[in-house]
Amino acid sequence: MLVPLKWLKEYVKIDVSAEELARRMTMTGTKVEGIHRKGEGISNVVVGRILSIQPHPNADKLVVCTVDVGTEQCTLVTGAPNVEKDQLVAVALDGATLPGGHRINRSTIRGVESCGMLCSGEELELTDEDYPGAEEYGILVLKEEYPLGMDIREALGLDDEVIEFEITSNRPDCLSIIGIAREVAVTLNSNFKPLNIEVKSGVGDVNTEATVKVDAPDLCPRYCARVVKDVRIGPSPRWMQQRLAAAGVRPINNIVDITNYVMLEMGQPMHAFDLDKLAGKTVVVRRAYKGEKLITLDDKERLLNDSMLVIADVEKAIGLAGVMGGANTEISSETRNVLLESANFDRGCIRLTAKALGLRSESSSRFEKGLDPHNAREAIDRAVQLIQELEAGTVVEGVIDVCSASLDDRVLDIPYKRVNELLGLNLSPEEMADILKKLEFKVEVRGDVLRLVVPAFRQDVEGVADIAEEVARIYGYDKIPMTLMEGTVSRGRKTRRQKLTDMVKEVLVGTGLYEAVTYSFTSPRVYETIGITDPQDIPMTVKIANPLGEDQSIMRTTLIPSILEVLSRNRNRGLQECRIFEIGTAFLPKALPLKELPNEIRTLTIGEYGPGMDYYDLKGKIETLLKFLGLLAEAEFMPHVHPAFHPGRTALLKIGNVEAGVMGEIHPRIAQNYQLEERVIVAELDFDKLLDLAKEQRRYKPLPKYPAVTRDLALVVQRDILAGQVEKCIRKLGGELLEEVELFDVYVGSQIPEGYKSLAYTLTYRAADRTLTDEEVNLLHGSIVKGLEEALGAKLR
Amino acid sequence: MRTKLEQIRKEAQDALEKLNVLNELDSFRIEFLGKKGKLTQILRGMGSLPPEERPKIGQLANEIRAYLEQEIERKTRQLEEAALNQRLKDEAIDVTMPGKRYYRGKLHPLSIVLNEIKDIFLGLGFEIAEGPEVELDYYNFEALNIPKNHPARDTQDTFYITENILLRTHTSPTQIRVMERQKPPIKIIVPGRVYRSDEVDATHSPIFHQVEGLVIDRNITMGDLKGTLDVFAKEMFGPRTRTQFRPHYFPFTEPSAEMDVSCASCDGVGCRVCSYTGWIEILGAGMVHPKVLMYGGIDPNEYSGFAFGMGLDRITNLKYGIDDIRLLFENDIRFLEQF
Repeated sequence: MLVPLKWLKEYVKIDVSAEELARRMTMTGTKVEGIHRKGEGISNVVVGRILSIQPHPNADKLVVCTVDVGTEQCTLVTGAPNVEKDQLVAVALDGATLPGGHRINRSTIRGVESCGMLCSGEELELTDEDYPGAEEYGILVLKEEYPLGMDIREALGLDDEVIEFEITSNRPDCLSIIGIAREVAVTLNSNFKPLNIEVKSGVGDVNTEATVKVDAPDLCPRYCARVVKDVRIGPSPRWMQQRLAAAGVRPINNIVDITNYVMLEMGQPMHAFDLDKLAGKTVVVRRAYKGEKLITLDDKERLLNDSMLVIADVEKAIGLAGVMGGANTEISSETRNVLLESANFDRGCIRLTAKALGLRSESSSRFEKGLDPHNAREAIDRAVQLIQELEAGTVVEGVIDVCSASLDDRVLDIPYKRVNELLGLNLSPEEMADILKKLEFKVEVRGDVLRLVVPAFRQDVEGVADIAEEVARIYGYDKIPMTLMEGTVSRGRKTRRQKLTDMVKEVLVGTGLYEAVTYSFTSPRVYETIGITDPQDIPMTVKIANPLGEDQSIMRTTLIPSILEVLSRNRNRGLQECRIFEIGTAFLPKALPLKELPNEIRTLTIGEYGPGMDYYDLKGKIETLLKFLGLLAEAEFMPHVHPAFHPGRTALLKIGNVEAGVMGEIHPRIAQNYQLEERVIVAELDFDKLLDLAKEQRRYKPLPKYPAVTRDLALVVQRDILAGQVEKCIRKLGGELLEEVELFDVYVGSQIPEGYKSLAYTLTYRAADRTLTDEEVNLLHGSIVKGLEEALGAKLR
Repeated sequence: MRTKLEQIRKEAQDALEKLNVLNELDSFRIEFLGKKGKLTQILRGMGSLPPEERPKIGQLANEIRAYLEQEIERKTRQLEEAALNQRLKDEAIDVTMPGKRYYRGKLHPLSIVLNEIKDIFLGLGFEIAEGPEVELDYYNFEALNIPKNHPARDTQDTFYITENILLRTHTSPTQIRVMERQKPPIKIIVPGRVYRSDEVDATHSPIFHQVEGLVIDRNITMGDLKGTLDVFAKEMFGPRTRTQFRPHYFPFTEPSAEMDVSCASCDGVGCRVCSYTGWIEILGAGMVHPKVLMYGGIDPNEYSGFAFGMGLDRITNLKYGIDDIRLLFENDIRFLEQF
């Protein structure tokens, strides 16, 4: 809400600077976004009259003007095409400054001395809203009379300060100069000067001029109409135009400007119809017909439906209630008779309509927040008062007022102690009453209860919490003492999963991985990019109905693309290596269309590329993690096929019988889709499952008292026999006495028959209760060798 | 014989003097003191000596043996010392060369700052709650006193999945979920990811993160809200931090407030970081609206509470001087390794 300070001062005494006002208003709840000074930067620019125009002796496109600036006559050179004798213009005198820091000095232009410059609207940074015609090419021509030599800022109303307030949606009453003035009065402890609305008696009787029928009283609790005859359409006076412009509303003509002026002043949107274009001279307030069309004032055709409210005559819609008028009844220069509307509409309906049509207006943004029905009547009187004052037309006697809204006082009984309890204060009922009275509540202290009559303009106040806020903000939030909660002592703690999650992150960081954070929505085409082409393999997804774009239109079901994108970005930026992980959410719908919330699966994804990074590097990291979670002994990595991965370098991670994820080298073709030429290793694990299974509890095992015996074992096996199989077999055969099995060498080559490989292990034997003898160990070792031969055809090398 | 012995002593002394390699000491010992060594050889001739000479010569020989052994010991130590010194000298390295490389990654800055926030509130007795990111309209709006067509919905441009299912626009729906399953006292923070359909720029991201807080008990006051958040601000931004509470409007709290902290860059004097105001807005807060308590099944006449919500991304950026929110989601390693 833009509030010109001079306008505001008509309703409230302000004897502090704009900055001080802004600070104090912010602290009582009307936050100031900024203070604008339109004329800032303009100095020594005055009103002048062009007395004569001579051709420039040395230049075809320039002219030499003699200009009266009040104190003197000066010579000015200009190239503006629109300069004419007797015009009132803006003259930048020697030493003047213009917005943007430009300085104008006396100078000689092609041999003729110019004592300054004739300014264009653009040079003064003015728009048509600031002054009609300001955006025209050429010098700025003033259409009204101003004293010669007058500071241009004063003439154009640029010397005012305009305060921009952020009005929260609970305070539509403050979307008005008067609403702000009330707040200022309370804030500064100053006096609010209410408007004095007086309408001189009019001619005739409004009821013979027009009829109003409200067919949808649920959506239109009040409709006030007045008629003005013989209007003289023309520009509104400069002071009104300046105020409108300063408040951000473009001046149009006197009638329209008056309706806008009243809206800004009182917060009540109004509309003016060309009465002669109303069929049957009747206003009908009704729901739109399904498929009904209306061309609104912005010349756009709008398709309506029956949840929208229209203003109509007996034949056709003539306006979208509370949103925008129709072009068919627009005020034009030919308009003779006017019907003024000041109504109250259902907030929900207006918001829905404005949203459905993508048409937000000053009017709809007020109605949708809920307005006081009292104000409709006052505003229409104010409008005709202005029409009378400006002699813009002849007001017809009487108001048509169709009202089903309750205009009764709203009374609240508030236990004042509860207010203190909520705030942590100890105010007396009288202190509270004082504050509330300043806010125009009527207050009666009845023992422990404050009986309040809520001011009609405060539609937002409903109960004790609202009253607590009113008291607190005026008393001062800063005066509420800071305390720490009393009551039950609570214990702050993380749950097991939260603790484990945080610890896992540290473990992963310890293996050299950086944590990434990526978006959770993605493109539906992402499945193709990671090689999932069969429609049957594409999972069900949660689709966003109104995405920012196709690329961000589904919730991810896998984090593999996210991690590949991060690797790709780092590679494209020239990084030789990159190691990252993310614990993020995948969204898996239970059924489509979505009826209940999808499963949100926390997923751990790891990705890396760079020197030394291969399947085994990542597997080592995962084993480190599994060891931390107490799951390593149960973990198995089984060869696996997945469209995104290298068919020979991919494993399924199983913990016992539970499939916990997939890891491996990304298929080179998939890597290429991400502009990754090198080997890329990725794992995607179901983090929730890992945490479910985790055995993070540790128990002490006595340290071994007896020495261990080690034996090396070099085996030759067929190449397709997996090290995992061999190790599993060794452990089974070794039983309790076999403490550790470590693979230390793998060899394939000329020493070994074709199709075979050699695996060399160190086996560690130990008994808990005695020193193992050589014989015992030899026996066991021998049986392992034999068992391996039987089970896997392994031969000693 | 005596002369011979003296000669051996002399000879041994000379030999020992010249000796400068550790392993030659053994041959030296053998040469003089071994079974076939020179001293032993001479003593073998003892038999030819007159009996009265024998003890004297024996004594002399023993003296020489003891002397030589002592000398060998001395020489050994001396040579060992020399050898060690030589080795140490040879082993000298360039200590300025770079160390071995160990890989350690980093947590994302959002995690680092979240951990700080969690630690502060855990210390104040809060627990950590979580809620779904795909959420029902009921929890995200309705139960937070934002009915359909409430203008406050405009300030939170929402991604919808269906008419009733959406991507949560704030972490506040978890307030209701926790109230539904837990009776007061409630003292929780809710960190989480939230979504708003904002186009991306330096200060906007359609995905960002919030930390919500909720306290409900008997006799909770606005003074408690101020006190708790002031403690938080001082822990988070340093003990010199001051806080300022301004009235504001949120549909789910009443009274509502925005909290500013004194700008850490200029200590509240005014600088570019705080747009020359001295203050930086960091969170919204307020006393839980009675209607919201009722939606959560809690009697507003018996209980009261406060709630607050802050933008994790914004606080992270503030803390590290990051000027573009997009950096948080790019995951450039050169960015991540700075924290």
